[in-house]
Amino acid sequence: MSMLSSYLTLAAVLFCIGLFGVLTKRNAIIVLLSIELMLNAVNLNLIAFSKYGVNPSIAGHIFSLFTITVAAAEAAVGIAVLIVLYRSRATVNVDEFDELRR
Amino acid sequence: MSTFFAQYAWLVPVFPFAAFAILTAMGKGMSKTGAWIGTIATFASLVLSLCIATERLSGNAEDYSNQFTWIEIGNLKLHAGFEVTNLSTMMLVVVTLVGFLVNLYSQGYMKKDERISTFFAYVALFTSSMLALVLSDNLLTFYIFWELVGVCSFLLVGFWYQKPEARAAAKKAFIVTRIGDLGLLIALLLLFWYMPGHALDFTTIHNVFDSQGGGAISTGITTLIALLIFLGAVGKSGQFPLHVWLPDAMEGPTPISALIHAATMVAAGVFLVARTFDIFDASQVAMTTVAIVGAFTAIFAATIGLAQNDIKRILAYSTVSQLGYMMLALGVGSVTGAMFHLLTHAFFKALLFLGAGSVIHSVHTQDIREMGGLGGKMKITAWTFGIGALALSGIPPFSGFWSKDAILTAALDKQPILFVVGIIAAFFTALYMARLFFLVFVGKQREGQHAKESPSVMTIPLIVLAILATVAGFVETPFNGWFGHWLTGGDAEHHASGLVMVVSAAVGLLGLYIGWLMYVKGTIRRDAVSSRMPGLVTVLERKYYIDELYQWLFVKPLQGFGKALELFDEYVVDGIVRLSGYSVSALGRLNSRLQNGQVQTYALTAIIGIVILIVAIAGRRFW
Repeated sequence: MSMLSSYLTLAAVLFCIGLFGVLTKRNAIIVLLSIELMLNAVNLNLIAFSKYGVNPSIAGHIFSLFTITVAAAEAAVGIAVLIVLYRSRATVNVDEFDELRR
Repeated sequence: MSTFFAQYAWLVPVFPFAAFAILTAMGKGMSKTGAWIGTIATFASLVLSLCIATERLSGNAEDYSNQFTWIEIGNLKLHAGFEVTNLSTMMLVVVTLVGFLVNLYSQGYMKKDERISTFFAYVALFTSSMLALVLSDNLLTFYIFWELVGVCSFLLVGFWYQKPEARAAAKKAFIVTRIGDLGLLIALLLLFWYMPGHALDFTTIHNVFDSQGGGAISTGITTLIALLIFLGAVGKSGQFPLHVWLPDAMEGPTPISALIHAATMVAAGVFLVARTFDIFDASQVAMTTVAIVGAFTAIFAATIGLAQNDIKRILAYSTVSQLGYMMLALGVGSVTGAMFHLLTHAFFKALLFLGAGSVIHSVHTQDIREMGGLGGKMKITAWTFGIGALALSGIPPFSGFWSKDAILTAALDKQPILFVVGIIAAFFTALYMARLFFLVFVGKQREGQHAKESPSVMTIPLIVLAILATVAGFVETPFNGWFGHWLTGGDAEHHASGLVMVVSAAVGLLGLYIGWLMYVKGTIRRDAVSSRMPGLVTVLERKYYIDELYQWLFVKPLQGFGKALELFDEYVVDGIVRLSGYSVSALGRLNSRLQNGQVQTYALTAIIGIVILIVAIAGRRFW
């Protein structure tokens, strides 16, 4: 049991660090990286539960593999969007992107 | 007997209403034609009323009534309809006849007024609602038309709304009568509640209260209903203590004073009590109240009439006093006396008002101290006014004598003290009429007044009314109780009483003689009373300070209360409204600042929301 809680604590810490980065960082690349951190925290949770959970099963592993794949795709799309944005606006500072306001 | 014309009685109010609709639709562009439309419509009503009357005069004509279901909610039905009885027939004739003559007269009197077509429209609306009121077969429609005549009275009193006094008088007339109307409304609701089958028509009321032994409605409730109905009559008929509006209503055009505030509308209160007389008859308390209020008003208003200087105000107080007589008659159980006096009073008081209007039209003042010697220049007006004054003073053989005699005889039978009060009031009546007549028509002509007789369109109504004021009394004399029999269907209740006839004629003549000595001969000095008792005269001139009393007792506190409410409205109600508006706009400003386009801010908001949600759900177990 103590193994599970330490994994979960680590995941929660990772998640909070990621969240903090998403909310506070001005650089869009760092924001993307922080999102990856949050996703990895989730992966850690999935693995921990599949190994030390009440009903250990392989499903957690499968899920985390899916998550990694989706995260890779997301990062690719995110980076692509950022490159296009940088080309048109010459900046990756998220403060300057306030088109949603219009 | 045939009821051919009675079937078409509903047309009587329709004619003037059509005239009102036409005049209102056509607007102001038709001064001369407009006047004729009103007059002709009233004439049509008059002809039809006379046809109905002729039909019913033949004797044993049955009452004709016709009604339809007006509103039906569940098993509750409200009816509307009309009913032709001898009582309503008499009122129809009085209203249409006086209405027609007043219309004719107004063509001369209102000739130079630029809103003449509006005037005739109002008069037509009034005539229409008054006729409908008379014909109503149940209290509900009666009440509707009762309010409608009140509205017309308001409109016509305030016809010259440029004058502040006229505006104030119109408001006063409306508000004071509303106090009475409220009583009538409550009585109506009580009747609706307590009557078997929620019936409000006069026939059922008659049947229920006539057989009071059955105990359908308890005595206490009967008394309450009767007194509340009487409150309505007090307001409308200008009885003490709600009489204050009637003298002020003289700010309206004089033909209106003749039609509404002398002959017809103010008599509606008397008519109401007569129509629901069975309720009063079932309650001794109510009867006594009616008699006492009537007798008191009769003498109270007559004394005020002695000290007034405005020709129309004297006549107005005289009207209040005569209406008091009618109430007195009802209170001592003589419906015949009341309706008979209503009939004769309608003629001679309309005559007096129209005569006064003729004088005012000629000399352009209403103050009798500024008049004098007009008899030589205005022969027709003077003669007809004289006849009206004699009729009002109760001098035989004019009509007022016979009707007053009927009332006084009934009073003597019932309660001698009421008879004495009536006799004293009759003396004062003769005295103030003598003062009025002699000051206006006899004596020296004033300098710079070019009085001339009014045009024939104004004098013809005077002559017609003078004839009626002379002969109308003969329908019911102590020797021939035809009218009473016709009206109530009962045996002639009016029996000869030599004492009453002699006394009432004597006090009338005495009053006139003293007036003659004071104002023509000069044997008694005019200031004989005022020099000895200046206080008394001042009190009379100020109308017993009733207006001032009401001003201090009701108007001022109510105005203060209104001010307080206004402040409450401004600061508390408006404050709440402004606060809610302000807080919503503040919230809006806050939210619009949040809407800054920054994805991170949105994310933060979402996370705060989630945290709150989690805390709420997780915290549930600690509640």
